[in-house]
Amino acid sequence: MLFTSYAFIGFLCAGLILYRLAPVKVRPYILLALSYYFYAHAGLWCVILIVSTSIVAYVVTVRMDNMTRARKEFINANKESLSREEIKDYKAKDKKRRKLVLVCGLILTLGLLTVVKYTDFTIANINSLLDLVGCDSKLGFLNIIMPMGISFYIFGTVGYMIDVYREAVQPTHNPFHTALFISFFPQLVQGPISRYGDIKDDLLSPKPLKSDSLKLGAMRILWGFAKKLIIADRALVAVKAITGDPGTCSGAYVVAGMALYALELYADFTGGIDITIGAAQMFGIGVKENFVRPYFSKNVAEYWRRWHITMGTWFADYVFYPLSSSRFMRKVSGTLKKSKLPRRAAQRIPVYITSAVVWFATGLWHGASWNFILWGMLNFAVIMISQELEPLYAKFHSRFDRRITCRRGEDKKLRMRFEKLSLQERMSRAPYKAFAATRTIIILSCLRMLDCYGNVGITFKAFGSIFTSIFSGGTPSGDAVSGITTGFSAFFDGSMMTLGLTGYDYLILLVGMLTLFAVSMIQRKGSVRERLFALPFAVRAALMIALFTAVILFGAYGPGYDVGQFIYNRF
Amino acid sequence: MEEYLDTIKQIITDLHPELDDGDRDGLVTDGILDSYDIITIITQIADEFDAVITADRITPETFDSAQSIAELVDEILNG
Repeated sequence: MLFTSYAFIGFLCAGLILYRLAPVKVRPYILLALSYYFYAHAGLWCVILIVSTSIVAYVVTVRMDNMTRARKEFINANKESLSREEIKDYKAKDKKRRKLVLVCGLILTLGLLTVVKYTDFTIANINSLLDLVGCDSKLGFLNIIMPMGISFYIFGTVGYMIDVYREAVQPTHNPFHTALFISFFPQLVQGPISRYGDIKDDLLSPKPLKSDSLKLGAMRILWGFAKKLIIADRALVAVKAITGDPGTCSGAYVVAGMALYALELYADFTGGIDITIGAAQMFGIGVKENFVRPYFSKNVAEYWRRWHITMGTWFADYVFYPLSSSRFMRKVSGTLKKSKLPRRAAQRIPVYITSAVVWFATGLWHGASWNFILWGMLNFAVIMISQELEPLYAKFHSRFDRRITCRRGEDKKLRMRFEKLSLQERMSRAPYKAFAATRTIIILSCLRMLDCYGNVGITFKAFGSIFTSIFSGGTPSGDAVSGITTGFSAFFDGSMMTLGLTGYDYLILLVGMLTLFAVSMIQRKGSVRERLFALPFAVRAALMIALFTAVILFGAYGPGYDVGQFIYNRF
Repeated sequence: MEEYLDTIKQIITDLHPELDDGDRDGLVTDGILDSYDIITIITQIADEFDAVITADRITPETFDSAQSIAELVDEILNG
C-alpha cells in the first residue's frame, strides 16, 4: 500500500476513527491490528517474517529481563553475606549468560536479514569466482523476494535486544506490545529506526489524545505529499531518462542527473518521513526526527549527522562504539602505540579501521551490490581525508582569512585593517557556510551516482563523460545525427526538454526547490508548523488550502508519470 | 575524582584547541565532540588511568562534560 495512494488515505482515516473511538487500554491492540493489515498488503511471506522476528525478540528480551531480575533479587537477598568481589563475580557471570541469549537473538534476526537480502548477492559473487577459475558449473539463484522494510524493522529489533542486554530499557512482557513496536505501520515503509525507549510510552501506554495532534499530523502529511508528488516524482522522470540511457545521456546530462537526483532523493526521503511522522502524530505517537536540514552541512561528516539520523546513530551506538572499545581494538591500539608510528597516527588508525567497517556495513545495508559497498567506502574515504587534512585547513585559514575593518585613528583619519579571524568566526560567516554547503552537496552528488546508476562500471563511465564531453565541446559520435549535444550548451539549447519534462515542469521544480530552501531557512528558528499555528485561522486555512491545491494541480501523477514507491523502501 | 578531571580537560583541549579550557558543558549536545573524538578520549583514558569504558557506557550524557567523564572514570575504577 503506497503512502501516496487513495487506499492509504482511506486506511488512515478508518484507522484513526477506530483508534480514537476505542478505549485507551485497547488502543495498542487496534494499532497492532492496523499495522498487520497494512503489512499484509505486502504479502503473506512478509507477515511470516515479521511475526518470526517478533517471537524471537519477545523470547530473547523476556529471558534476559528475567535473568536480570533474578540477579538483582539474589544480590539484594544476600547483600550482607556476600563480599564485594563475590558480587562482582556474580554480576560478571550473569552478564556472560545474558550475552549468550543476546547472541542467539542476534544470530536469528540478523541471520534472517542476511539470508533474505544477501543470499543472491553471495551466489552471484561465488559464480563470478567460479568463472575466474574456469569452472563451468554455476549455483542457481534463490530469487528470494525482499520483504518491505525488513532492514528497518530488523535494525529496530536488534537495537531493542541490545538495549535490554545493556539494561538501558525495561522490556515489555506482553508479546503483542513487542509485536507492535516492531510492526508499527508508519515506520515500515522507510523507517525511521526508532528506539524502544523513545517510543514505548506513546505506543504502549497511550494517553488521551491532544486536540492539536490531529491537525499538526495532517499538516505534516500534506507537506510530505507535496514534496513527494510535486518534486520527487517529477524529478524522477528526468533522472530515469538520464540513467536509463547512459550511452546517449552523457556529459551535461550527467551533471543535470546529479542535480535532479539530489533534489529527488531529498524530497522523496524527507517527504516520506514527513508522512510517517505526521501519521504517527495523528495517533498521538511521537516519532524521532530523521533529518536536520542535511543540505546545510559544512562537510560530509556533518551531513551524515543530519541525514537519516536514526540510521547513523544506530550504527554509532551498536557497531562503531562497541567495535572501537572492544578488547581486540584496544589490543591493536596498544600495539600501534608501541610501534614507531607517530602518536597521532597510532591513535587514529584503530578509529579509522572501525570506521571503515561501519561504512562497509552501511553500504551493504543500503543494498546487496558492489555499487553500494563502493559508495560506503568512498564516504569513509572522504570523511577520513577531510579529518586528516583538518590541521592543514586550519593553517591555511589562519594565514588567509582576514576581516577588513575601518577605524578612525588618533588623528581622526580612517585606517583600514586586516584582522585575523578566529576559527569560530570563520565558520559562522554566511559566505563560508554557503560555500561549504555547496561543496558538500557536490561531493555527495558525485558519490550518489553509484546509487543512481546502480552499476560501478557505468557510473565511472558517466562520471568521466562529464569531463570528456563538456570540456571537448560535447558532440560524441552519433549524437550529431540526433542533434543531441552533451556539452554545456545542452543546458540552453533545449536538449534538457528531451528528458520527459517540459519547461513548465522545470519551472515547478525550481519553485519547489526554492520553497524547500525557504522552509529550511525558517526552520532554523524553530518549528514551521508551530509558527503556522500562531497565525490567524484564516491565514492558516488559506495556506493549507493553497498547499492542498498545489498537490492536486502540480502533483506528478496521471499519464506520463510513474507514481513510484519511496526510494528508501527498497533498502 | 578531582585527580582525573585535569587530565580529562587536557585531553579535550588537545582535541579541540579552540576551547579555552575543557571545562564546559554540552560537549556532545552542542556537537563539539564527534564519534572520533569520543573514541580518542576513551583510548587516552584507558592509557592514563587503566579504565576501560565499554560501549554500553557511551551515552551523550556521560561525554557531555569533563566532569561527567571524570565521574564515569571514578565509577569504573572505584565502583
